[in-house]
Amino acid sequence: MSDLLLKVSGLNKSFFGVPVLRDVGLELHRGAVLGLVGENGSGKSTTMNILGGVLAKDSGRVELDGEEVAPTNSRDALALGIAFIHQELSLFPNLSVEENIFLDHFPRKFARLPFVDRRTLRDRAQKAIELVDLRVSPVTPVMRLPQGERQLVEIAKALSRQARLIIFDEPTTSLTARETERLFTIIGRLRAQGISIIYISHILGDVLRLCDEIAVLRDGQVVGAGPRDDFTIERLVTLMVGRTIDRLFPERNPVSGPQRTALSVRGVSQPGIVKDISFDLSLGEVLGVSGLMGSGRSELARILFGLDPYSEGEIRVQDAKLPPLAPRAAMDRGMAFLTEDRRGEGLMMEASISDNIVLPSLVEQSSGFLRWLNPSELTKAARDVAERIRVNAKAVDRTAVRTLSGGNQQKVVIAKWLLRAPSIFILDEPTRGIDVGAKYEVYKIINEMVGAGAAVLFISSEIEELIGMADRIMVMGRGEVRGFFSRGSFDRETLMGAALWE
Amino acid sequence: MSETGGVLSTVSGGTRSRPMNVVRWLLLSDYLVLALTALYVAALWFFVPEILSPTNLRDVFLQILPLFVAAMGLMMVLMVAQIDLSATSIMAMGCVVGASIMTDQGGYLAEHASAPVVAILAMVAIGLLIGVLNGVCTIVFDMPSFLVTLTTMMFFSGAAVWYTAAHTSSGSSIGGLPPAFIEIGYGGVAGIPYAAIITVALAIVVHLVLTRTVFGRWVRAVGLNPRAAAISGVPVRAVVVGCFALSGLFSALAAIIYTARLEAGTPILGQRILLDVIGAAVIGGVSLFGGKGTVIGVLVGVLFLSVVDNGLQLLGLSLSSVYAIKGGVILVAAVTDAIRHNLMARG
Repeated sequence: MSDLLLKVSGLNKSFFGVPVLRDVGLELHRGAVLGLVGENGSGKSTTMNILGGVLAKDSGRVELDGEEVAPTNSRDALALGIAFIHQELSLFPNLSVEENIFLDHFPRKFARLPFVDRRTLRDRAQKAIELVDLRVSPVTPVMRLPQGERQLVEIAKALSRQARLIIFDEPTTSLTARETERLFTIIGRLRAQGISIIYISHILGDVLRLCDEIAVLRDGQVVGAGPRDDFTIERLVTLMVGRTIDRLFPERNPVSGPQRTALSVRGVSQPGIVKDISFDLSLGEVLGVSGLMGSGRSELARILFGLDPYSEGEIRVQDAKLPPLAPRAAMDRGMAFLTEDRRGEGLMMEASISDNIVLPSLVEQSSGFLRWLNPSELTKAARDVAERIRVNAKAVDRTAVRTLSGGNQQKVVIAKWLLRAPSIFILDEPTRGIDVGAKYEVYKIINEMVGAGAAVLFISSEIEELIGMADRIMVMGRGEVRGFFSRGSFDRETLMGAALWE
Repeated sequence: MSETGGVLSTVSGGTRSRPMNVVRWLLLSDYLVLALTALYVAALWFFVPEILSPTNLRDVFLQILPLFVAAMGLMMVLMVAQIDLSATSIMAMGCVVGASIMTDQGGYLAEHASAPVVAILAMVAIGLLIGVLNGVCTIVFDMPSFLVTLTTMMFFSGAAVWYTAAHTSSGSSIGGLPPAFIEIGYGGVAGIPYAAIITVALAIVVHLVLTRTVFGRWVRAVGLNPRAAAISGVPVRAVVVGCFALSGLFSALAAIIYTARLEAGTPILGQRILLDVIGAAVIGGVSLFGGKGTVIGVLVGVLFLSVVDNGLQLLGLSLSSVYAIKGGVILVAAVTDAIRHNLMARG
């Protein structure tokens, strides 16, 4: 298992004369898993896009099995045996599993005539999905499958093209913990069959667990590479950011004085979504919410903010009952909600930073019966709050949020709500898909808010993050509260156990 | 390898060649349409010098006014990424109902002093009602506005014909409108037609609403991302219904100007201008994808389309050729909009 499958050396690439890759070299053995880590913009995607034929290199050498290759499109790459499984899956939801797998190489009847051989298609698809342990009928439309199984379809598709190298870009961001486990088992099996894997992820624990070799990129250069045992999470982080981060989580001084309840939830239920949820959230407290995807945590957040209905129970904000299905009423009582879907629900991607920031505050910023606005005052308000949390952009009123990095976009979403100075902030996956440095800044912002007396409901899939940030953690599973844990008794295994316990 | 690199980097947003940059600048420029209008007039001036005669200019000017009003209404629905195909049926319906109230040939308020005022109010009410109906059907039943307004278009253009037949012996039009009403079409203050005063006032109001009020910002937000708008506390449904209501209202206002100039109520009013209304908005840079549109842009779009129309007629082209050419021009505008949309998304 020691022969070399992929050898990349001296890879260079620039955009607009700005070098984004400098002398990148990577090596990958047959049947090995290479972990690729780095902050956003460090060159991971560019490197992989060159391997996958999406981009062309400026100079350098890519050798596959000892032969120099230069795929010019993804079809080329696939023919060479390089499959690229993107973060956003490229399946057609309306087509069936088998159609998706064989979309570009349908088995045909009568040689070259355009008739699909349904029977062969079914048989081959059946074999392909068995390889990845997917137990569904090949005729199931992909839209009926959960995210994790869709990913398995992608892998089956890669295998059906005899892939020798499979590149995974952030494969676990939209998977539940159990789906992630399943993916890892399959990756283990692929590697036993001699297929090589490149695994890109921000979740360093996964990388350390899964990979044989790790390469760290920073500013387009490989700053560290070697066998897994050479690395620890701390060392990876140091290499990625280029400086030592002594703590992953900033320190927060506990708020003194008597506890005042900000949000009190009693017996909230909605059939099939959540069941009998009760908890209190105090001012100056961070209540973490943990649970697998589908455990009802995001659904609960939407119900609390008045976006989705509930059939039973009561939500009270500082002793006043909150009317259902009225986000505006929730906002007027000091609530704010950061959605997990930043691009889809958090931002107007084409609009400017300031237009995004002032959107929830327009009514308050307006005057008179006609709700008159003063554009320059709006921009000033947006600029103030953007500066306060260090959104990195020159002109807030002219820069479209689309052009910002993930971390900066997330700061814009936070700024939207900070402008309203909320007393109860529901954060659903506030650090999803942003790099280590930006994460640390988001944590600092949360701590500042809590220090100023706000209450925070912090929903996250990353247990380490909750352990580092929360005062208490509420674990959810199947729409129910599985238990509460307070700071002294935080422990990864116990929390996972509570979430998984049936 | 370096060759492919060059080609690919153009595609992926790398270095662009100079001609590409010029094309890009032109496409993204707000003055493109205005420049094209000037070019068109200059070119036609060789063949038909009367295109710049005072009479012709005045004709074009008066033709622009009601079209501009209707196009501003349509802009509101396009901005929330919807469409209103019923705009011209609203005009027809408003036109015949208004005429049936004030005509001196057996109107409901024939020769009564309040007739023109009541008729105008009725027309406005019809516009608002049909607009709200469109909006409610679209948003409450979650139907595509294309379908909803296609059906209301058919229903109300039919209803207008039926209504006219029921109110006249000839069945084709309702004449005998009071002079006070016709003044809107022909009268004026200090040489400025009333229709122009009304149109400019409306344009200023719409411009201020879009740029300076919460409602205007909400409209844009709903067009850009309705889900993000809802989470930010924007009453998305009310905004969409409001935009449909405004579209109905502006169609009715346009109908008032048209009716006054026509001096009659007819169910075929505006029948042929639906394409002009939508086309003018799109040429004026209102995005079919929602979230983008300005009053000035729409004005330029209306100007362009009216000038093209007028020029082709001066050239003596048949109605069908005028149609074909206008259709082509609007197609180009729609394609340009799509290209712009992609260019912007790419940055």
